[in-house]
Amino acid sequence: MKVDASNPLWRFRGITSTAMFFFAYLYLPIVVLIALSFNENRLATIWTGFTMDWYVTALSNDDMLRAAQNSIVVAISATVLATIAATLAAMGMSRGRFKGEAGVSAMLVLPLLVPEIVTAIATLLFFVALGIKLGLLTVILAHTVFCIPFAYLPIRARLEGMDPALVEAANDLYANDWKAFRRVTLPLLWPGILSGAMLSFIISLDDFVISYFVGGAGSTTLPIYIFGMIRIGITPEVNAVSAMMLIVSIVFVSISFMIDRIRY
Amino acid sequence: MGNILRSKRFWLVAPAVVYIGFFMAVPLFQMAYVSILERGDYGGVNWGAFSMDAYISFIFERDLMDNLVVNTDYLQIFARSFGLSAMTTVFALLLGFPTAFYISTQPQSRRNFLIFLVTIPFWTNILVRNYAWMLLLRNGGLIDGVLNWMGLETGGLDILYTPYAVSIGLTYTYLPFMVLPIYASLEKLDHRLVEAAFDLGADKRRAMSRVILPLAAPGIAAGSILVFIPCLGAYVTPELLGGGKFMMIANLIGSQFGAARNWPLGAGLGFVLLALVLISMMIYSFKFKSLPEESR
Repeated sequence: MKVDASNPLWRFRGITSTAMFFFAYLYLPIVVLIALSFNENRLATIWTGFTMDWYVTALSNDDMLRAAQNSIVVAISATVLATIAATLAAMGMSRGRFKGEAGVSAMLVLPLLVPEIVTAIATLLFFVALGIKLGLLTVILAHTVFCIPFAYLPIRARLEGMDPALVEAANDLYANDWKAFRRVTLPLLWPGILSGAMLSFIISLDDFVISYFVGGAGSTTLPIYIFGMIRIGITPEVNAVSAMMLIVSIVFVSISFMIDRIRY
Repeated sequence: MGNILRSKRFWLVAPAVVYIGFFMAVPLFQMAYVSILERGDYGGVNWGAFSMDAYISFIFERDLMDNLVVNTDYLQIFARSFGLSAMTTVFALLLGFPTAFYISTQPQSRRNFLIFLVTIPFWTNILVRNYAWMLLLRNGGLIDGVLNWMGLETGGLDILYTPYAVSIGLTYTYLPFMVLPIYASLEKLDHRLVEAAFDLGADKRRAMSRVILPLAAPGIAAGSILVFIPCLGAYVTPELLGGGKFMMIANLIGSQFGAARNWPLGAGLGFVLLALVLISMMIYSFKFKSLPEESR
């Protein structure tokens, strides 16, 4: 809709105030959490002064660091696997229609449709039936599944906007498929690939439910560790760790969106 | 030539499809299979021994005389999940529609930024978001503090660990899913239609109810289903903001793999939840995909 917002006809009562309330509601918890993570007071909600102590405490907690390390290992592995599979799939899907295309599309976004808890227990039962020991490996295998659609969609969108004549021209000029991919498709596609990879990284890093059910001893990821801490009680350390997770996600998503807006 | 091309594409698509098929579709079928197995004596299942106990125990339980009597515990959890999800969808719509409308009337550059703001929380950790609400809602928390400071002696807000807290948290978690599709349909809306309504003497109320809302209906439907469905499967919010006291379907499923150790029941409940989700998706696509292109 292209409207002249200064035209009073387009001002409906309550719209602006509801929107303002909406954004306040959306950001109040985030702002409060980050602010309280710098609060000196141990009893979390009364502001008594600025401190970085909780970050120091959190960052010198070995268990937490181990959990963070697990999270990063899982996220990087799942991202690499998912991005490769998703890039290939997006390229396969981009060249016109084919028989069974609808089924393939549905399969590629299936992980987005199935409720997380169902995926979690189905995968758990599957690994148990196969006799695979629950641990980092099972978490990585499970994360890769739901990372694929998050990597696939931006890559697909990018390919959709690409002129197929470019690859055809490369082929006409005697480039083989690999050369056409490396010299034409890839340079044009990389913002999509990078943006998809960053989204899957963040989705994997933030996942709780699936890691919780599919993981075992020794595969505690950061969200599982945070869950354990929250269960015990609200403490300033939890605030600090949570604030760090928030900031990492926000930074990653912002970068991913900026990359996605790079023009061809 | 066509065949070669097609086989090349097959190999491109294969890794992702085979991977999802093996690690998701197969496990889902296996889950349905586990749901009709006998429960193991010490947890787990007896592979190969069939039993409909999981589905029977959903509605009935055996009393001391080994008679089946109706047990509404699980049904209550399903009813609560549906109630909370419906409530959340309504709240999300009440907040989401005006926001989407507001965004769609802004200049282009600001629109993209506002949409970006709407999506950011979705990408942040769900535990952290819900934990932030615990900080706000608990007794002596921020909202309690502000109310007391304003002179309203709350004597403790007592809202954390209630269904209200769960509902606030669910609305918060799934709001972006309501705004985005409504915005998408409002953005495509031809503003001249609204202006024509004004020219023909419609007041704002009528222009809204007779022109804008009907044209935004597909977006509203999509948003509602995108909020309702994940809500039904919510695990973290009831766990944290409900304090484990107000279980929803997902928590019930999860508990069958923890303390309750009843895998067939957990698998059966999971299968029922999956079926509910797929059926609602089918009804939705059946109802809205059949509409003519312009009204979508």
